[in-house]
Amino acid sequence: MLVHSRTGKWATWAVFLLLFVPLFAVPLLVVLAASFATNWSGAFPSGPTLDHYDAATAGDSLQALTTSLVTAVTASLAALTIGTWAALAAASLGRRGKRFLDALFMLPVAVPSVVVGLAVLVAFSQPPVLLNGTRWIVILAHTVLVTAFAYTSVSAAAVRLDPMYAQAAASLGARPSYVLLRVRLPLLLPSLTAAAGLCFALSMGELSATMMLYPPDWTPLPVQIFAATDRGSLFTGAAVAVVLMAATLLVLFAVSRIRTRASYR
Amino acid sequence: MPTKARTGWKGPAWALPPVAVLAVVFLYPLLLVVQQSFSPDEGGTSLAPYADVFASASFRSALTTTVWLAAGSTVGCLVLGFVLALVIAFVPFPGAKAVARFVDVFLSFPSFLITLALLFIYGNAGMANGVWTGVTGAADGPFHFLTTPWGVLLAEITYFTPFVMRPLLAAFSQLDTAQLEVASSLGAGPARIVRQVILPEALPALLAGGSLVLVMCLNEFGIVLFTGAKGVTTLPMLVYSKAILESDYPAACVVAVVNIAISVGLYSLYRAVSRRAGA
Repeated sequence: MLVHSRTGKWATWAVFLLLFVPLFAVPLLVVLAASFATNWSGAFPSGPTLDHYDAATAGDSLQALTTSLVTAVTASLAALTIGTWAALAAASLGRRGKRFLDALFMLPVAVPSVVVGLAVLVAFSQPPVLLNGTRWIVILAHTVLVTAFAYTSVSAAAVRLDPMYAQAAASLGARPSYVLLRVRLPLLLPSLTAAAGLCFALSMGELSATMMLYPPDWTPLPVQIFAATDRGSLFTGAAVAVVLMAATLLVLFAVSRIRTRASYR
Repeated sequence: MPTKARTGWKGPAWALPPVAVLAVVFLYPLLLVVQQSFSPDEGGTSLAPYADVFASASFRSALTTTVWLAAGSTVGCLVLGFVLALVIAFVPFPGAKAVARFVDVFLSFPSFLITLALLFIYGNAGMANGVWTGVTGAADGPFHFLTTPWGVLLAEITYFTPFVMRPLLAAFSQLDTAQLEVASSLGAGPARIVRQVILPEALPALLAGGSLVLVMCLNEFGIVLFTGAKGVTTLPMLVYSKAILESDYPAACVVAVVNIAISVGLYSLYRAVSRRAGA
C-alpha cells in the first residue's frame, strides 16, 4: 500500500479512472455504440438500428470475414509449424547458435510491416515465383509477420522445459519421433495454444502489409473497414469493426479453453 | 550421454528447414528491396534514387514527423503507463485484476480501431463538436486536431500505453512490498517512495517497454492511414504512397531501406536493454 489515508486513496482512484476510462474504455465503447446508431453528432448516438449489421454480415463484408478467417487460420498454422520447428531446433543448439536463430526469427518484428509488404510484393511479382494478384501473397506476408511471435512464445517455453522427461522416454526405448509427439509437444501445449491465439489475433488485425498486397478478390476485414470509413460510411465501418473484434475474441476464448484443459493433465 | 542423441531434434541440420523457409519468404525479398533501391527506372546501378529521395521535401518532412511523433508518443506512453501501473499495483482497488486483464485484451485489437473511435469523438461532425455547437450555438466546433499530427499522437499514446504497462506490472509484482512499508514507517511520503524505491526497481522495465514502443511507433501505419490526414506523412506512409499510389518502386525502396535501418537499429538496442533487464 502506497497511500494509506482514506481520502488519499479515493483521490488516487479518481485520477486513475479519469485517465483510464476516457483513454481505454471509451474508444471501444464508442465503436460498439456507433455500430448501432444512424447518427452521432451530440453527446449520445441517436437512431438505434441494426442496419449496419445487415450490411456487415452480408455481401462484401461477409466475404471479408471469411477471407480474414481463412487468412488468419492458414497463416497461424504455417507460422506455428515453422516457429515451433525453429524454436525446438534452437533449444538444442549451443548458446551461439540459439542467439543467431533468435536474432534471425525476431527480425520480422523489427522490420516495419509496410516494408515486409513491399518486400514480398517486389519479390513475388517477378519470376521464378509469381504470386502477385493471388490470395497466397497475402497469406504469405501474414505468415512472415506472425512467425516471430510463434517462435518467441514457444522458444521461451522450450528453454524452461525439463529435459528429464524426454530423456526418460528415450531411455525407455521411445523413438525420437515418439518422444517429440507424445512427450515434448504435449508439454509445450500451453505455449503452443498461447502462440496460436496471439498469431491469430495479429493476423486478423493486420492492415499495413495487407494494404500493399491485397488483390481485389481477397480483401480482409481491416481493409474492408478502411474502405468503409474512407468513403465516409463510418457507422458501417464501426459495425464491421465490431464483427472483427467479436471474431477475434471468440477465437481467443476458445483457444484459452484448450489451454486450461491442457494444464490439468 | 548416449540417450541424449535419441531424444531427437538435435544438431544444426534440424534448424535448416525453417531457416531456409525464412530465407526464401523474408530475407530474399528484403535483399531485393535493397537491390531495387540502387536501380533507378532508367536502368543500371547507381545512387541516383537515394540522391533524389534525400533531396525531396516530402522525405525530409516525413522523417522529422516520424521521429518526433514516435519520440513524443513514447514519452507520453511511459508517463501514463507508469502512473496507471503504479495505481494498479500499489493502490489496488476491487476490480484492479479485471483492469489488468482488460489491458491484455486491448493489446489483441488492431491499432486503427482507436483512430476509428476518435473519429466519432473528435471528428468534424462528431460527439465533442456536436456538444459544443449544441451548447454555444456556434456553427462550428473547436476540435479539428484529428487530421493534424496531434490526432496521431493521441491515438498512438492510447494504443501503445498498454505495451508499457505490461512489463511494468510484471516488474512491480516482483517488488517486495516490505520495502515500501519500511520506507513508509521511516517517514517517507508517497512521492519519495515512488522516486527512491519504486522508480529504480522499475527502470529496466521502463527502458525495455519504452524502446519497444518507440520502434512500434516508428513503424505504425494503420493509425496514420485512418486519420486520412494529407498533412501527416510518416516513413511507412511514404513507402505506401510511393509504391502503391505513385508506382515509384525505386523511391519506395529507398524510403524502406532508411526505415529498416532506423527501426532495426533501435530494435537491437531494445533487445540489448531487455536482456540486461532480464525480461
